[in-house]
Amino acid sequence: MRHLESRQALQDEDAVLFRPILRTGGQFYLVAAGLLAVALWGFYAFSQQLRYGLGVTGLNRPVYWGFYITNFVFFIGISHAGTLISAILRLCRAEWRRPITRMAETITVLVLFFGLGSIIMDLGRPDRALFVIPFLQYGRVQSPLVWDVMSISMYLTASTIYLYMPLIPDIALLRDRVTGWRRGFYRALSLGWTGSPRQHRHLEIAIAIMAVLVIPIAVSVHTVVSWVFAMTIQPMWHSTIFGPYFVAGAIFSGIAALIITMALIRKVYHLEDYLKPLHFNYLGILLLVMTMLWFYFTFAEYITTYYGSAPDEMAVFWEKLTGRYATFFWAMVLFDFVIPFTILAYNRTRRTISGTVVASLSVVIGMWLERFTIVVPTLVNPRLPWSRGVYFPTWVEISVTVGAFATFTLLYMLFTKFFPIVSIWEVREGRERGLREVEERIREYLPGPARPEKARVSPEPPLVR
Amino acid sequence: MAEAKGTPRWGMAIDLDRCTGCQACVVACKQENNVPFSSPEEAAYGREMAWIRVMAITEGEYPKVKTRYLPMLCQQCDNPPSVKVCPTGATYKNPEGIVGQIYPRCIGCRYCANACPYQVKDFNWYNWSGFRWPQEMRQSLNPDVSLRPRGVIEKCTFCHHRLQKARDQAAIEGRKVKSEGEYVPACVQSCPAQAMFFGDLNDPETTIAKLARSSRAFKMLDELGTEPKVIYLKEGEWSATPRE
Ligand code: SF4
Ligand code: SF4
Repeated sequence: MRHLESRQALQDEDAVLFRPILRTGGQFYLVAAGLLAVALWGFYAFSQQLRYGLGVTGLNRPVYWGFYITNFVFFIGISHAGTLISAILRLCRAEWRRPITRMAETITVLVLFFGLGSIIMDLGRPDRALFVIPFLQYGRVQSPLVWDVMSISMYLTASTIYLYMPLIPDIALLRDRVTGWRRGFYRALSLGWTGSPRQHRHLEIAIAIMAVLVIPIAVSVHTVVSWVFAMTIQPMWHSTIFGPYFVAGAIFSGIAALIITMALIRKVYHLEDYLKPLHFNYLGILLLVMTMLWFYFTFAEYITTYYGSAPDEMAVFWEKLTGRYATFFWAMVLFDFVIPFTILAYNRTRRTISGTVVASLSVVIGMWLERFTIVVPTLVNPRLPWSRGVYFPTWVEISVTVGAFATFTLLYMLFTKFFPIVSIWEVREGRERGLREVEERIREYLPGPARPEKARVSPEPPLVR
Repeated sequence: MAEAKGTPRWGMAIDLDRCTGCQACVVACKQENNVPFSSPEEAAYGREMAWIRVMAITEGEYPKVKTRYLPMLCQQCDNPPSVKVCPTGATYKNPEGIVGQIYPRCIGCRYCANACPYQVKDFNWYNWSGFRWPQEMRQSLNPDVSLRPRGVIEKCTFCHHRLQKARDQAAIEGRKVKSEGEYVPACVQSCPAQAMFFGDLNDPETTIAKLARSSRAFKMLDELGTEPKVIYLKEGEWSATPRE
């Protein structure tokens, strides 16, 4: 009886997690309508491009890549928020991960569509996009762009599965709480989940396998994105450091995006009890590490270029440091290092939510600038002196970019209306099993018998059905 | 000149000491290959298209300035960075060393254009083949060369269609294409200063093979290892890449 009571109490405790799905206020529709308007504007801009061709963009010879490719690298970078961080935290059995994994994984899956979308929008012939499929179509596996296609589609598949599997118990919870068409919807998606110990065991094994699998895939994704640049011989693209540099940058911007998302959700859905300042603090420490790593890589990249002093490289180098792209470059240093480092290095500022959020906003802006200063200045300064270029985006590119951000936010909002954005069963599991497990684990670390209380621990039936 | 022995390796030589910068090659190429013209605004935007351009290189300080001209076209690299990166094989190197472009297969990603160290690939920003080609000018379109649709990359193919014609003719006569003189791109044919030469680099007897061995010969950005098949000739030091 006591058991039943506590179960009821727990459900009430987590009621706030169900609320966004069960009830939708007017504010939501208002924000959604605003975002939809921006998104539609972006679609209109893109339709103009489809109609008149890439001539409506600011691209030219020799600056053949601009905003779209920058967005592509940026969005793929953000996608490392989720799956990678969530997988690492899961594998490390970091107990504080429980309320944030779902948010992170959702970012990954949604933002990947925008990464792929950006590259398709950049094509002169988007209608021929499927030509790049290897073996079936004309795809050449020797081309770094085809590596991207393969790697990103693999990542998208894996992270979708990785998002879906931990959703199943929560979908089952919802199935039992709603009526009407939604009941059928959740029933279909819950795949007959009953919450039996056997199902739980299988689910946990499957999640563990996926968590191990997605890490190398995620690393490969941003590595091959960087190789699109590094495999050419263009000055300041052709760099061996690009693979790890881009992966570090991706995780960096990914964590920042995650922190911003967490802060927004916490505020809008009143999840103060789930997302505590300590979560922000822990992620803030990770962000601090990545800030320093980013600085290290950037420094290493530029100092080697400078000492090598190859004239072609130096033309690009000075263009970035003192030339036409100096504003972008120094803004990048400010946003990617100076601001976040200052905020995160001090306990007093890092331990506040607003501190980490400001640092994260700065990092997200800075990382977009970083991608831009990698793509454009090289193209503006080719080896031969007579085709120096300039690049200004047009309203089409800016609208499409803004529209992409709006569409992403809108889709994310919609997701929270259909699925719990905090993994309910995992939070419960944390309460019921996590506490005990952590205690046991710590006991193992300590001298003395490993599990003195083992005999007393009886396997408890899982609470989630 | 004799028939080619083995597989030919077509190459071009451009004598910069002879080039007057008259732009005849540019006009001939545009006519031959149906390369779209552009408005001054588009040209100012960096959107003008030309498979061969005459670049002006100014050397020295005022008042001792000297301008030299350098026709720039696809260098038909033997180790082409552009071909390596293409995701669809739309740009490829054929057995005779000519780097070609398959327009119906190109997805317009412009990766090849960014990977090419010579900036010689042009992109079709607008829909040229349709309404933008004025009625009066359609009469002068060359029927041997297809018009490119919007959104694909194009570039010099060493007038590949002329090679095909020469090959057909040779096949009818039961021989191989001659290693010099029979197949000549339009720019070479039109050069009034006779600054351009064309032929089979594999045949040591051709003018171009001899020129390639001359002490005046150099290749553009040779240090990159792209192995161009366009050879420039100039007396003295080459310093085409002055930096500000
Ligand atoms: S010059 Fe450029 S386009 Fe021509 S073959 Fe070489 S790399 Fe390719
Ligand atoms: S633009 Fe066309 S030819 Fe160039 S790399 Fe892309 S698909 Fe290949």
